[in-house]
Amino acid sequence: MAKIIYVAFDGVSRDIEVENGTNLMDGAVDNMVPGIDGDCGGACACATCHVHVDPSWVNKLPPMEELEDTMLGLVDSRDEYSRLSCQLKASPELEGLIVNTPHGQH
Amino acid sequence: MSETVAIIGGGQAAAQAIASLRQQGFDGGIVLVSGEAELPYQRPPLSKAFLAGELERARLLIKPAEFYKQAEVDARLGVRATGLDVAQRQLQLDDGQSLSYDHLVFATGGRPRPLQCPGADHPALHYLRTLADVDAIRERFRPDARMVVIGGGYIGLEVTAIAVKHGLQVTVIEAAPIVLGRVTCPEVAKFYTALHREAGVDIQCDTCVDRIEDEAGVAVVVTTSGERFPADLIIAGIGLLPNVELAESAGLDCDNGIVVDEYCRASVSGADVPGIYSIGDCANHPSAIYQTRLRLESVHNAIEQGKTVAATICGKLKAYDQVPWFWSDQYDIKLQTVGISRGYDAIAVRGDPESKSFAVFYFREKRLIAVDAINRPAEFILARQLIPRQVEISPQRLSDDTISVKELAA
Repeated sequence: MAKIIYVAFDGVSRDIEVENGTNLMDGAVDNMVPGIDGDCGGACACATCHVHVDPSWVNKLPPMEELEDTMLGLVDSRDEYSRLSCQLKASPELEGLIVNTPHGQH
Repeated sequence: MSETVAIIGGGQAAAQAIASLRQQGFDGGIVLVSGEAELPYQRPPLSKAFLAGELERARLLIKPAEFYKQAEVDARLGVRATGLDVAQRQLQLDDGQSLSYDHLVFATGGRPRPLQCPGADHPALHYLRTLADVDAIRERFRPDARMVVIGGGYIGLEVTAIAVKHGLQVTVIEAAPIVLGRVTCPEVAKFYTALHREAGVDIQCDTCVDRIEDEAGVAVVVTTSGERFPADLIIAGIGLLPNVELAESAGLDCDNGIVVDEYCRASVSGADVPGIYSIGDCANHPSAIYQTRLRLESVHNAIEQGKTVAATICGKLKAYDQVPWFWSDQYDIKLQTVGISRGYDAIAVRGDPESKSFAVFYFREKRLIAVDAINRPAEFILARQLIPRQVEISPQRLSDDTISVKELAA
């Protein structure tokens, strides 16, 4: 379990316990976090689970694989803190991770 | 008085329509009528990770049960709509109840095209569309089992890849001269044929199933060329039939699906029929980009039409004009397709298929109409940007792998 803090576009913050090994897109969809679609179900095929990771966390996450990096090319609001939440799996190291979810996906 | 939306069918399109209706502020009643026992779930993993046992059942749900509770959805699961009175705006259900609606959404999807040959009722023969189908397949999906896949389309080849990994011996029987012939070009077909053959799959093209015999309880698939393939498990993936019977019997226009306009509105004899819509696999819709009608079987189409119909019902008409996209995972190969290649007159290949990373660009009258990107996500993204622009693009430039994708997008 890791407590993940999802902060929505309207500033509302939700603390969600995500099971180890479960990706943060599923963690968001299961708990109805607004702003995350996850259309392809986590296949890294659609880029509709984009989040902005809190700057203090960005270097503590496992690095992006090429596929994720490329798929983020579909996201207009991409910045240096952008990740696809389906590619981030909950683990004890991520306890307290803050991710900001956008208003909507592309 | 608040209005009621009734949605028939409980797949991806229905789930999205519900979510979008509430997002857009629809505050009336929503009734979901689904013949399946489960809340809407994702179908793509059925032939991939779920069949492989790598994904829990609960993970398949598109939205958690709590979502439907919060959205105040009256979910009638395991219930089918059997009658429709368009004039009275009333549905008849097979549990004996009737249901009045103001808006009716057909999200009825489709069912596997049944194999029509002697022996097609053999217990070894299965189709793959629903969770119940996978549950039935599981019992026979064992290492060393002999599996015959009838139809070399995406479903058949995805199941094949999972089966090989699971230790089954697989034969694929395809009526056309190449696999994936309906959706792709010979270059891509050749690539997938080689990929599966390398993995030990026996691919038989240009031959049809004549009959299924039974030898002491074991099925034997007999082809028109006379070959015999004993099988512990047979999976037929030979296409989808849209579920249009109820719509048709109520007089709605149907032609390879329920005919709708760009706002997902259905019609009777070409005239508007207020309050009836269709979305997803069963909806035959106009495509401005392709200048033709399309009926698409894809997650993306289901989701986007779910959004479109919600907007239409909420009185915020927004035409559906999406460029379709699809994906297929087989072994370690990710295929991402953008657009519809049907009717192409030229192709350009970028990269070397031998390297298992290449893209095929399809053209019609010099316009880019589709791309198959095989382990080439950058080209997939490029295609999603280029195709809607509908400009002429040089095939020579696209096939020059030394020109970066970024330059091509400019």
